[in-house]
Amino acid sequence: MDRIEGLAKLTGAERYVDDLPLDGMLWGMTVRSPAPRGRVTGVHFGSGVDWSEFVVVDHHDIPGDNTVLLIETDQPLLAGEYVRHAEEPIALVAHRSREMVRRAIREIEVTIDPDPPIFDFTAEPTQDQIQHGSDNALKRIDITKGDVDAALVRAARVVEGEYRTGSQEHVYLENQGMIAWEEDGVLVIKGSLQCPFYVLKAAVRALGRDSDHVRIVQTPTGGGFGGKEEYPSMIALHAALLALKAEQPVRIIYDRGEDMRATTKRHPSLVRHRTGVDGDGRLVAQDIDVALDGGAYVTLSPVVLSRGVIHAAGPYACDNVRIRGRAMLTNSPPHGAFRGFGAPQTHFANERHMDVIAATIGIDPDEFRRRNLIVDGQTTATGQRITDGTDRVALLDHALELSSYHERQDKHRSLNASHPYLRRGIGLAAFHHGAGFTGSGEVMLASELHLAGLPDGRIEVLSANIEMGQGTLTVFTKLVCDRLGLRPEHVVIADADTGRVPDSGPTVASRTTMVVGRLVDDSDTGDRVTQAIIDWHVERDEPLVGHAKYEPPPGIEWDETTYTGDAYATYGWATYVAEVEVDLRTYTARVTDFVAVQDVGTVLHETLARGQIQGGVVQAIGWALTEECAWSNGVMQNNQLTNYIIPTSDDVPPIRVSFVENPFAHGPHGAKGLGELPMDGPAPAIANAVARAIDADPRAIPLTPEHLMDLLSNGR
Amino acid sequence: MDADANMPPMSRPPIEVPFTLNGMEVTVSIDPAERLLDTLRYRLGMTGSKEGCGEGECGACTVHVDDIPVNSCLIPTYQVRNAQVRTIESIDPSDVGALLSSGATQCGACTPGVVMTAVWVREHPELLETHTLRELMAGNLCRCTGYDGIIDGVRRSLDEGQP
Repeated sequence: MDRIEGLAKLTGAERYVDDLPLDGMLWGMTVRSPAPRGRVTGVHFGSGVDWSEFVVVDHHDIPGDNTVLLIETDQPLLAGEYVRHAEEPIALVAHRSREMVRRAIREIEVTIDPDPPIFDFTAEPTQDQIQHGSDNALKRIDITKGDVDAALVRAARVVEGEYRTGSQEHVYLENQGMIAWEEDGVLVIKGSLQCPFYVLKAAVRALGRDSDHVRIVQTPTGGGFGGKEEYPSMIALHAALLALKAEQPVRIIYDRGEDMRATTKRHPSLVRHRTGVDGDGRLVAQDIDVALDGGAYVTLSPVVLSRGVIHAAGPYACDNVRIRGRAMLTNSPPHGAFRGFGAPQTHFANERHMDVIAATIGIDPDEFRRRNLIVDGQTTATGQRITDGTDRVALLDHALELSSYHERQDKHRSLNASHPYLRRGIGLAAFHHGAGFTGSGEVMLASELHLAGLPDGRIEVLSANIEMGQGTLTVFTKLVCDRLGLRPEHVVIADADTGRVPDSGPTVASRTTMVVGRLVDDSDTGDRVTQAIIDWHVERDEPLVGHAKYEPPPGIEWDETTYTGDAYATYGWATYVAEVEVDLRTYTARVTDFVAVQDVGTVLHETLARGQIQGGVVQAIGWALTEECAWSNGVMQNNQLTNYIIPTSDDVPPIRVSFVENPFAHGPHGAKGLGELPMDGPAPAIANAVARAIDADPRAIPLTPEHLMDLLSNGR
Repeated sequence: MDADANMPPMSRPPIEVPFTLNGMEVTVSIDPAERLLDTLRYRLGMTGSKEGCGEGECGACTVHVDDIPVNSCLIPTYQVRNAQVRTIESIDPSDVGALLSSGATQCGACTPGVVMTAVWVREHPELLETHTLRELMAGNLCRCTGYDGIIDGVRRSLDEGQP
């Protein structure tokens, strides 16, 4: 089955939010804070503009609570008296002419009486920099298993390391955008988003309306990667405030510069490892400290930190583990959800550290991992016993074989010894990724899905899960077809419209196929479906709707207070191998071969699954080598694609993908989540390869030419 | 669509620009600074071409002007006076089968530009004597596919003689 909406996309017929015609529409824009922290002392409207032509909104126009409700309520919808980051929204302006509103916005001056900002999330805040709790910690999470201190004393060797990753911009090709209007007393908000019910909940709170009087509708979404998980609520409510005041439809479409400057990015991280190994090269203690830069408000940092710390010890068996995590407030725009959700950061540190340990104790990196990878019956850092039957060592060996890992090392040695300016290296990373929401998250979400029989005999799937390129429409259609013996033209996937669909949870956390797709599979509507549906509609005057509700797999237990137990229903497992070439003339590193081997359960759709892996790997290659946000006073300076460099087709090799299929009993046809897994492994594999190529010890990414020049000069 | 709402106010006298769009003669009356992308999207309702960056980096707005692929966000419309302009709307679904089955599109936002470059490569196979396919496609950024689906699809369509 080809991608359901593929032809519409390939012929330009698909309509995204900026493509929708709307009569009498106004263009909205956002007035933002020029300073990272301080009291707002004035918003001055320039005299050269006839402001009576414009609709202007500030925090006084918010009918409900001035907050973008998410986990906490600390982030204002429009800052009133105080700002905590540059680019924070303060007021909104709308006009019929887009150009007029662009010009007018430049004539508005916001004045701020500054307070001292903090930008370094690794530094102790001074008293006057404290803005959250007693120490600026937005969240702390500790994981404890066994007795790390005692084990470190007994260890044959103790190896320490400190690893850093930078922020990363999503660069979904479609910028953020929303439209809003009122229709028969119901406020309709449509736009590019991943989580319609997040927006609905935020709208109910800020607009003081019940959920019967607000509808959130997703438009075809041009990429998300987590970047359209939380920030769309902000833009949706801004468009709504303008539309309500103007009594006209309003559209807010960010351009690339505004999108990059104002919206979320991946959390920067600093991870410290202190690891004990015994005389046989086995891990006896992992002492890990994880710090994330949360930015100016809580937003999703607690759950990003949660996933980060749970993955921090990697896919290894160790009896004594201590992980201490914290997400710290800074006066940067809030960092947010991004594919991998904290795990790429902690996996980078752990997998680079594994190579550092291996080098220190004189074992090959692959052999060191082979000795420590979890085998069935052993437990993770949270004490989750793994019994899924996946042979993680065989998976690693498969990746080494496919990449000719050992043969290439020999070739590289001779090339590196003789070539005037090229150096090659090969590196690997072994890792895992928990699928679905963490801990009891899926139980609390209690996702629900409906299958309706339409009068013409077709089946309609009603869920809140959206298509953003990852293939939801196709996978749901395929599951219904497989289940009921129908053809794709007999299946309709409803728009994610909160006025029509049940809450099947957000489209995040690699959960849509595994958790919601399973609900499709569970819906029992019987055989000979089409005729039965038509008969039903002929005989009765009522809709035919099947319901399915999430049931956790049996035996899953999680203790949120001690952070112990089954953190995820299941994990994807992988080993990735990268070959790199460093050019000593230009200080550039280039990936010349990439092998991605993973167990994601049963592969439901080969083309879609491979595309997810290849796309994730290339996004991670960018994070590892070129994607660097240049910050100054809390503002991204390179907020354009000219100097924020993502990979082109000519910058990356073919990504060689191999699936090892071990069915997961509780996923649809045995499938596990897979979308985020490929973000976790490439960066450490590439850094390990660069380390080999130039005989240096990189501890941070991105490995830009400037960074490589430092490494070549100083080795660190 | 309400064209003027998207356009600069006419501080200068409008100019008349005739050109051929997907084989049809059109004339637009525009401000001299208007971008071809805006003329296409907001004035003529051809919303297939996308704005990804607005500065000629991403290629999502790629169209052909006299058989050359250009970033329509960088071209003032007056420059296409009497020219042949071809957009994604001219592409027939039967011409993109190889790209569909190879997984060349995911989110679809870069796709119209990718297809317009792919069509150009297909119509000028001699380019492959001096450039690799990965070089030729490098002007179209894609954040979803990792490019393999695109490259495989274009290669397959070259083999099959379809764009």
